[in-house]
Amino acid sequence: MLTYTFDWSIITSGKYFEWLLSGLIVTLKLSALSIVLAFILGLLIAVMRMSHNRVVRWIAHAYLEFFRNTPLLVQIFFWYFGSYKILPSVVNDWLNTNGFEFAAAATALTIYTSAFIAEDIRSGVLSIPKEQMEAARSAGFSYLRSMQYIILPQAVRITIPPLINQFLNLAKNSSLAMTIGVMEMTYQARQVESYTFKGFEAFTAATMVYLVLSIVITVLVNMYNEKVLNLHKAA
Amino acid sequence: MITFSGVHKWFKSLHVLNDINLHVLPGEVLVVCGPSGSGKSTLIRTVNQLEPISSGTLIVDGKDLADKNTDINKLRAEVGFVFQQFNLYPHLSVISNITLAPIKIRSTPKAEAEEQAMQLLTRVGLAEKRDAYPLQLSGGQQQRVAIARALAMKPRIMLFDEPTSALDPEMIGEVLAVMKDLALTGMTMVVVTHEMGFAREVAHRVAFMAEGIILEEATPEEFFLRPQHPRAQQFLRQLLTPMQM
Repeated sequence: MLTYTFDWSIITSGKYFEWLLSGLIVTLKLSALSIVLAFILGLLIAVMRMSHNRVVRWIAHAYLEFFRNTPLLVQIFFWYFGSYKILPSVVNDWLNTNGFEFAAAATALTIYTSAFIAEDIRSGVLSIPKEQMEAARSAGFSYLRSMQYIILPQAVRITIPPLINQFLNLAKNSSLAMTIGVMEMTYQARQVESYTFKGFEAFTAATMVYLVLSIVITVLVNMYNEKVLNLHKAA
Repeated sequence: MITFSGVHKWFKSLHVLNDINLHVLPGEVLVVCGPSGSGKSTLIRTVNQLEPISSGTLIVDGKDLADKNTDINKLRAEVGFVFQQFNLYPHLSVISNITLAPIKIRSTPKAEAEEQAMQLLTRVGLAEKRDAYPLQLSGGQQQRVAIARALAMKPRIMLFDEPTSALDPEMIGEVLAVMKDLALTGMTMVVVTHEMGFAREVAHRVAFMAEGIILEEATPEEFFLRPQHPRAQQFLRQLLTPMQM
C-alpha cells in the first residue's frame, strides 16, 4: 500500500519554496537570453547558408551539420570543461566571477538551437516566390538588403510554427544546464528532493513550471504573429 | 538611353536573344511584341540585368552593363520595372510598398517619402488605399500600386513586362490609362505587351520579335498597316481576328 505522505506545504512556502523560485528565475533568464541569441544567430547562419559565396555557404553548412548532429549534453560539457583551456586567462577570470556555468550553458543552448532555427528559416525563405527577390533587386536593393527588408520578414512569418517548436525545445533543454551546476529549476528541484525526500512534490513543481513556461512561449509567439506579422491578411 | 549592339543570350543551348541591335531614345516609348517564347521578356529583363547577357554590348543610361565598374544596384534604382504578376511586397501596406526603396536607398526622410507616395497614389487613382495590404486589392489596383512604387524612385527609364497579361479584361483599361499618362510626361518606356490598341495609340516605335530575333522595327502606322515580315503579318492576323468578331 501507499506509505508516502504528501506534504505540499514544503514547496509552497519557506526555504524550499525560495529555492524553487530562484531556480525558476535562472531558468527564465537562461531560456530568454538563449532564445533571443539563437534566433539572431539562426537568421545569420540561414543567410550565410544561401550566400552566393561558396566558402561562406560551406562554413554555414559545416556549422549546421556539426551542431545539429552532436548531443546537446556533450556540447554543454565542451563549453564548460573544454573552452576554458583555450580561452585567454583574462576572459576566464571574468567568466569565473560572473557565472561561468551560466555562460557555458547559454552558449551551448544558443549554438545548438541556432542550427535548427537556421534550417527552419532557410526552408521559409525557399518558399517565398523568387519574384519577390527580383522585385527587390530591380528596385535597387542589394542581395542582403533584399533579404533584410523583403524576404526574411515574409519567411519568418511562415516559419513561426517550427520556430515555436525550437523555442520550446530550448526552454526544456535548459534543464540540462544542471549537469554543470547552473542552479536552475531542475537543479533546485533535485536539491529540495535531497534535503526533504519529497521528490514527488519537488518534481511536480518543476514539471508545472516547464509546462507553464512552454504554454506562455506558445501564446506569446502566436500573439506576436497575429498582431504584427499577419496584419496584411486582415481583410 | 538604351543601346543594344550585337547582343546574344543563350539559356544552355537555347538561343533566346539572337544578335539584338536596338536603340531607344530619351522620351521614346518602344513597344515590343511577338508570339510567346519569342524572347521579348528576356530582352526587357536584360536591361536591368535581371538576366545577364551572354555577349554583345548593352548600354543603359550611359552605363555599360558588362563593365565591372558599373554599380548595378545604383543603375537599377534609376530603372523602374513593372512585372506581369505585380510582385508587391505582401507583408507591407500600400504606402510602405511605395516608400520602402526611397527611404532605404535614397535616404529620403519618411515624411517626404510619404508625401511623394501620396501624390503618386493620387495620380494612379488609389489615394484611399494607402493603408490597405496588397492582397486586399484587385489585380488592376495592385498593378497601379506597382507602377507607383516604381515611379517613387524617380526613374529615368520605365520597363513594363506584360503589365496587363495577368489581369481580368475589365481591369486592363485602368492600367493602360496610367501608362498612357506616364508616356505623355515624356518618360522613356519599353513595354512588352499584346495590347495592340496601346501600341497603336501610345508607342513611337514597335519592335516585333520571334525566336530571339527582332524581325521588324517600325512606327505603329507602318507596322499595323503594312507589316513587312510574313511572321509579323501572321501574328497580327491572329491577334486581330478575335477583335473583329
